[in-house]
Amino acid sequence: MTDMKRRTLLKGSLGAGLVGVAAGAGLLSPQAVFAKWNKGAFTSKKVDDAVKKLLGSSSMANSGAIKITAPPIAENGAEVGITVQSSLPKVDSISILVEKNGQPLAANFTMASNTNAFIRTRIKIGKTSNVHAVVRSNGKLFTAKREVKVTIGGCGG
Amino acid sequence: MAKNRARATNKGGVTTVKAIISHPMETGLRKDKKSGKKIPAHFIEELTVAAEGKTVLTANWGPAVSKNPLLHFTYKGGKKGDKILISWNDNKGVKDSIETAVK
Repeated sequence: MTDMKRRTLLKGSLGAGLVGVAAGAGLLSPQAVFAKWNKGAFTSKKVDDAVKKLLGSSSMANSGAIKITAPPIAENGAEVGITVQSSLPKVDSISILVEKNGQPLAANFTMASNTNAFIRTRIKIGKTSNVHAVVRSNGKLFTAKREVKVTIGGCGG
Repeated sequence: MAKNRARATNKGGVTTVKAIISHPMETGLRKDKKSGKKIPAHFIEELTVAAEGKTVLTANWGPAVSKNPLLHFTYKGGKKGDKILISWNDNKGVKDSIETAVK
C-alpha cells in the first residue's frame, strides 16, 4: 500500500518536471508563453523611470539608426499611427513612450532572433508631446524621439 | 463590436504579420457622458505571436495603445501555409486569440 502511494507520488512529480521543461523550451503550443506585464513600468510617470523599471537601466544613447515615423500633426490623439524601425544589430526589444502622457510607457515589444527591428501600432497621445522609442541592441539601450502635435487629445473624454 | 482580423504574407523570405484586435482599450480616465462616472480601465496587457508554435514576438501594452489595436511587424523566414497564432490577455483576465495562415 505504502509502496503504491510512493509510485503515484513519483509519477506525479516526474510529470510536473516535464511540463516545466517543455514550457521553458517553448514547446507548449498553442498554450502561449507571455512576457509578464510590468505594472511598475506602465504606471511610472516619467520616461526614464519607466525605462529603468522595464529594461533594468535608463542609460540610453541617442541614435540616428532609429527611425520613428509619425504624423507631425495628429488631428485625433486617440489614434496616432507610429512606426519604429532600426538598422541597429541584434535588436530584441522596442518600446514606445509618450513623454507627456500621465503614464508615458505605451507599449513594449520583444523580438525573437529572426524578427526584424520594425513595429507599427497606433497609440493615444494626450497632448502635443515627444514620442520616444527605446531600442535594445546587443544588450545596450538606444533612443530617439520625435514630436507629435495633437489638436484633439486622446486620453480624456 | 468589430471582429478580430489578422493576415500574414510571405514575400522574398520575409513574413509580414498585420492584425487588428477588437478591444475597447479603456484607459480608466474616460467618463461616461450620461452618468458622469469613470469607465473602468480595460486594456490588453500581454500579447504573443507564434509562427508554427515558435514565438516571434511578445508585447506588453498599456492603456495608451489605441482602441482596436493595430499590430504590424515582420520576421525573417516562414513560408506559405505556416500557422500564425496571436494570443492575448487583458487586465480583467479575459483571454482571446486569432489564428491565420501565411499566404
